[in-house]
Amino acid sequence: MTSGERKEAFSAYLFILPFILSMIFIVGGPIIAALVLSFCKWDIFTPAQFVGLDNYEKIFLDDPRFWHALWNTAYYTALSVPIGMVLSIAVAILMNQKVKGITIYRTLFYLPSVIGSSVAVAVLWKWIFNSDSGLMNYLISFTTGIPISECPKWLASEVWSKPALVIVSLWGVGGGMIIYLAGLQGIPTALYEASEIDGANRWQQFWTVTMPGLSPVIFFQLIISIVNSFQVFNQIYIMTDGLGGPADSTLMMVIYIYQKAFKYYQMGYASALALILFVIILAVTWLQQKYSKWVYYEGELRK
Amino acid sequence: MNETTLKNANGFWASKKRSERITNIVVTVLLVLGGVSMMLPMIWMLSTSFKALNDIFAVPPIWIPNPLHFENYPNAWNIVDPQTGRVMFGDDSWNFFGFTIQGVNFTTYLVNTLFISILACVGATFSSALVAFAFARLRFPGREFLWYICLATMMVPAQVTMIPQFVFFKTLGWYDTFWPLIVPAWLGGGAFNIFLMRQFFMTIPYEMDEAAKIDGCSNFGVFWRILLPLCKPALTTVTVFAFVYNWNDFLNPLIYLDSNNKKTLALGLTNFVSLYGQDYHLLMAASLIITIPIALMFLVGQRYFIQGIATTGLK
Repeated sequence: MTSGERKEAFSAYLFILPFILSMIFIVGGPIIAALVLSFCKWDIFTPAQFVGLDNYEKIFLDDPRFWHALWNTAYYTALSVPIGMVLSIAVAILMNQKVKGITIYRTLFYLPSVIGSSVAVAVLWKWIFNSDSGLMNYLISFTTGIPISECPKWLASEVWSKPALVIVSLWGVGGGMIIYLAGLQGIPTALYEASEIDGANRWQQFWTVTMPGLSPVIFFQLIISIVNSFQVFNQIYIMTDGLGGPADSTLMMVIYIYQKAFKYYQMGYASALALILFVIILAVTWLQQKYSKWVYYEGELRK
Repeated sequence: MNETTLKNANGFWASKKRSERITNIVVTVLLVLGGVSMMLPMIWMLSTSFKALNDIFAVPPIWIPNPLHFENYPNAWNIVDPQTGRVMFGDDSWNFFGFTIQGVNFTTYLVNTLFISILACVGATFSSALVAFAFARLRFPGREFLWYICLATMMVPAQVTMIPQFVFFKTLGWYDTFWPLIVPAWLGGGAFNIFLMRQFFMTIPYEMDEAAKIDGCSNFGVFWRILLPLCKPALTTVTVFAFVYNWNDFLNPLIYLDSNNKKTLALGLTNFVSLYGQDYHLLMAASLIITIPIALMFLVGQRYFIQGIATTGLK
């Protein structure tokens, strides 16, 4: 190493010092600590006890609430992610047409996603889903003629509480839309012109030009939205008063982790739960990577 | 070219134009319908916030209450008990840079939130740019490896590190202080921000750095005087994201803040929900006030950060 290189390396390490500190104290260190904690029984107030695999054994074999939380999270993800993706792609395509006032529509659709996960908006949704005087049941009864008393009870019903949360998540489609819109604008117009000359209609263009061009963005968004929906917390905490009710029907993984750690002070058990969530997220992401042959990158020949 | 083909061609273009016009109308109708339904919850929020208690449960709903109950806003802000008219936390006090102020209300929560959000936001923007600069521009042993680690941390859910972090900050004596909410932001501001900044730095030609270095600029000088001014869209994006994140953050304040006079807006609002239960006119007034600054920030910054997302998020 020349002295110039050494100087550059030295100043580089100074530049990334915040990152290194965060690796030690905020991310890396805590991950190892979480792993160690997951093998312990610890209530913060008395010394931790090493219990080996007890926590994991209990979680998998003797904890119906864990399976419940896992099922609820999967249910929520399986509904909210695909519907959200189809809607946001659809809106992006609409917005990519040459119509007037695009900036206004873009703002109207994007704004909810910016404020969507806030506590204030969760309070609003709690009110909208009020089964007697909320906006949702009023609109349902107004458009279909079903009396309000026979409309879904939403947050008070075991069946309708999760769909209510899915609807809340769909209000945030603008976040995905903005990214798809950028993706659409990145598809060369020459491809559309060429396919038109070849006699392709709009529907064919959509499947042969638009979708392949958009596929890297879809792939990225798919991973991000699944990871995010596995971590949903704020809305549920507010809309169900921190309980995940009724009858645990909205108890999701993060709500359960929070309850175990900060309500029951079972730090070891909660750490084990968090690590299981981590492994699930990693596995889902890995599976998507593995089956990502449908993703088409520009400049790469399809094998 | 004879007359028939010319006519046919005209017919072709005319029908193409007509089909385009029809598509245009359909698209506009769909967008207007969609836009209205996206805004409906916000309109409902606004409408409820001006109602009297007796009117909020009326079916069919009264969209424009008469008279408009403006007093809901000060009542919500000062946390007034609607039954007794008593100010709830009037006897409590809070601290503002050494001054003791009587009466805990949404002003308290707002000041706390601003303090945390601004410091965390500045920290996240500055430190993510620093780190990203090194990864984009400087050569050092272990760069590739550290970069992969940085990307890998994006996959780690916050809940994994939450518990050990809590224990760590509690041991430092930071429980019920603002530090656990601010300090992490100064340490790189999260992998996503670093990634975003680095992507942007990569789009700036390296010749800029070299020219500056020939003129005697240090690495920090290149960073501070050459690259940062060119990165305004990316910087705005990170700043807006960090500010919105901290403003909306709920889980961290929930874990770390305990005293009522240290609470943030998000946490104070939850408090308010449990106090008021069904008094949705007050809840909506409070929620609306909290939402407006974020909405405004987005409206002002959107030109910048939509560009920021478009240029850095994809290519």
